[in-house]
Amino acid sequence: MSITIDQISKNFGGFQALNNVSLDIPEGQLTALLGPSGSGKTTLLRIIAGLESSDSGRILFGGDDVSQLHVRDRNIGFVFQHYALFRHLTVAENIAFGLESLPRKQRPSKPDIRQRVARLLEMIQLPELAKRYPAQLSGGQKQRVALARALATQPRILLLDEPFGALDAKVRKDLRRWLRALHDEYHFTSIFVTHDQEEALELSDQVVVMSQGKVEQVNSPTGLYARPESRFVFDFLGHVNVLAGVVKGQKLVQGDAWVSLPAVRNDQEAQLYLRPHEVQLARTPCAQAKLPLRIEAISLIGSEVRIELAPEGWQSDEIWEIGMSHAEFARQNPARGEFWYAVPGVGHLFVADSAQPRTIDWQYTEAANASSM
Amino acid sequence: MTTSAQTGVAPVRRLGRRHKRVLPGFGLSLGISLFFVSLVLLLPMTGLVVEASGMTWDQFWFTVTDPRVVESYKVTLWTALAASLFNGLFGLLLAWVLVRYEFPGKRLIDAVVDLPFALPTAVAGITLATLFSQNGWYGQWLAKAGLEVAFTPLGIVVAMAFTSIPFVVRTVQPVLEELSPADEEAAVSLGASDGRVFRKVIFPSLWPAMVTGVALSFTRSLGEFGAIIFIAGNTPYVSEVTSLMIFIRLQEYDYAAASAIAAMVLLASLILLFSINLWQGRYLRRLEGR
Amino acid sequence: MASHNRRIGDQPWVRRSLIGLAMALTIILLVIPVVLIFVQALGTGWSTFAGNVLDEYTLDAIGLTLFVAALTVPLNLVFGTALAWSVTRFRFPGRKLLITLIDIPFAVSPVVAGLLYLLLYGRNGWLGGWLSTHDVQLMFAWPGIVMVTVFVTCPFVARELIPLMQQQGSEEEEAGVVLGASGWRIFRKITLPNIKWALIYGVVLTNARAVGEFGAVSVVSGNIRGETNTLPLHVELLYQDYNIAGAFASASLLAGIAILTLIAKAFVEWRQSQTEDAAPEEGGA
Repeated sequence: MSITIDQISKNFGGFQALNNVSLDIPEGQLTALLGPSGSGKTTLLRIIAGLESSDSGRILFGGDDVSQLHVRDRNIGFVFQHYALFRHLTVAENIAFGLESLPRKQRPSKPDIRQRVARLLEMIQLPELAKRYPAQLSGGQKQRVALARALATQPRILLLDEPFGALDAKVRKDLRRWLRALHDEYHFTSIFVTHDQEEALELSDQVVVMSQGKVEQVNSPTGLYARPESRFVFDFLGHVNVLAGVVKGQKLVQGDAWVSLPAVRNDQEAQLYLRPHEVQLARTPCAQAKLPLRIEAISLIGSEVRIELAPEGWQSDEIWEIGMSHAEFARQNPARGEFWYAVPGVGHLFVADSAQPRTIDWQYTEAANASSM
Repeated sequence: MTTSAQTGVAPVRRLGRRHKRVLPGFGLSLGISLFFVSLVLLLPMTGLVVEASGMTWDQFWFTVTDPRVVESYKVTLWTALAASLFNGLFGLLLAWVLVRYEFPGKRLIDAVVDLPFALPTAVAGITLATLFSQNGWYGQWLAKAGLEVAFTPLGIVVAMAFTSIPFVVRTVQPVLEELSPADEEAAVSLGASDGRVFRKVIFPSLWPAMVTGVALSFTRSLGEFGAIIFIAGNTPYVSEVTSLMIFIRLQEYDYAAASAIAAMVLLASLILLFSINLWQGRYLRRLEGR
Repeated sequence: MASHNRRIGDQPWVRRSLIGLAMALTIILLVIPVVLIFVQALGTGWSTFAGNVLDEYTLDAIGLTLFVAALTVPLNLVFGTALAWSVTRFRFPGRKLLITLIDIPFAVSPVVAGLLYLLLYGRNGWLGGWLSTHDVQLMFAWPGIVMVTVFVTCPFVARELIPLMQQQGSEEEEAGVVLGASGWRIFRKITLPNIKWALIYGVVLTNARAVGEFGAVSVVSGNIRGETNTLPLHVELLYQDYNIAGAFASASLLAGIAILTLIAKAFVEWRQSQTEDAAPEEGGA
């Protein structure tokens, strides 16, 4: 069932949690609401569920206005951030709770309920824990029970509030994969709230980036990563290297550093955003840029080598980071304390008068320069 | 009720009204609470207002400033102050010992601390009076030391202190339990002496709870009646507390005078109550970092 | 524990003297008085004790006291639970004021409490005057005793529940609503099991105070032996009559209830720490 969010606003006292948010959540997809704390993502989720009421605007499920409908009647599954398992009921009783709460006419018979609970326990791979109490479960197990409980009444919409927030890294990865598989099998419409960009990009079909009660950008994970549309989204999607300077004669200049630009109006301030994988290292400056840096730290952990660099003869608010493959690292063999030059491959330029970035691809320019030489 | 046709979404309830409350029972629970609070707590106050407003201001003032009554205020105030200060120290000691140390009998002490709340005040009264009487278990020893407790204002202090022992212990104990050992360890590792650590690190966290406890203990002592009348001797101008003054006026069927004095006492206790609540709200907020 | 060495007040002499002092004061101030009650009650032998307890007026006083408690406790149970539910599960204007208002009985002197009721419902009160023209007498009769007892004990249940329910939060109840449960079902299956022990302790405290209230009751009772004499009033009467053994015999019954109250408290706290330490209670449904 698709969900339409139509001009929803919500104030808490003087704080505007949501500011005229409109959004379409397609049927059968897994959508992530991504944003920092205070961005309004959890409030939006709770309004969709009916746990909070909006000040204005409508929520539609499959075209029907449910704004006036009580949570109880919305037929949604909701997984709470801290699971909210009923601590005085066993795992099996927790899962059966929704079924036993159905009006007498719709309520399955006792053996039917038992059977369905057994099936759900199979699904979450915890049949042996049926008689346990929530306090006896690990975080990951609690999360699965909370999910089974939410799915027991076969809702068409599943809402999850920071589903993996309280789990450690390893369990989180396993559960993520498991939730994705579950979703692909059952195809309910799901929305989950997260502040973890990696989680949002890995798990979802569609990512909604939120900031200060507004939607910043909506796109598929690949689309979002390829074309972030604002400074906020850039900052939020992971580390980004910034050169802030002034445009002078086809160049963005700051101190000793400069980068060549395509046609941009002179004498205005601009920032160039470069992500760690969009930059390479070289011993000498290249034709399109001169970005002198000193290596501060090298981290070999993971699939990539991460190098942290400090600007030399210019400044940046944050340290620069460059990622390279282990093979490339072995070939170039950079060491801590050495001076290197950053070579931009692809960059995203923000000029003062426009909120949207302009993507610049120097590989093309370099090739053109090379052929003209 | 209307049912949306195409998708069979459940019927729309309470059309046209925004469901502000998600959890059920708001009207019922608040209704019961307000009814009860109005009937049991607020309505009876009107009787006092009616009775007191039947007096002229001069009459009122004359009654509440009668020398014997004024003396009873003084006695009540200083004995309550003494009792609650004693409980401040004793409560801190008990809380400290119960939180910091393990020793045989600890659980028993922890349980017995609440005895004054569980024991009827009249029982406490006759017990203390018997203990401190001239040939009582304590009285005979104190008599040898030349100290008279029963039938003196000191007896009032003892009775007040007894009935309000739990307040400071129970407000300080949780704060002491929550205190992070890290601050203290840091201070000790920096070479501070124990006394200095207590004064500079521990006490600043404890004193809001102590003030609350002492204030609660003081409020309770001001109103105490049952435990006091047996041990105080109730000599006019010497060992009469204000609660007893009200009681005496009532027995004289002087309802107006009783009401006038009661109005003063009630006003004082309500002011104390609201101040304690405000104070608690403020320091709790500060602790939560808001 | 290694960390203990780095905390203050752990030197053996400090520790021993503080524990010793606390123990001594506790014994002097709290333990010996209780011992005295039973020594005085039983000092003249079991048969005198039995005779004192089985005295006609004592039995009447016990009966009235239990009757008052039996009416007070359920009333305050309903009120306390409703109040705790409304102030911890909802936000509304005046919520803080309501929480403060229920503390009034803790702050007001019992004598003043009794007086308030006497002034309103007594023959000269504006409501009592009207009632007496309809031949309803509340003061100097058992209804008055029940009314002031309800006043004096009404904060206990709410005071036990509010902090607990605040700390537990309403997520579990919200989960219940999302799963379609009715209000009654949510209360019975989710809330009640979570607050059970605090509720029981609230009832125990209410009961202890209802049984033992002296000041407020003595104002409105009229002390009619065999009719409006509760057990604490009876203790006073006997004591004033210099029947010390009789007074302490009745007092020992009240002290017994107090000790049971303390035991109940220790038990409830133990149960709560058990549930917090992850061990759930009764197995199965």
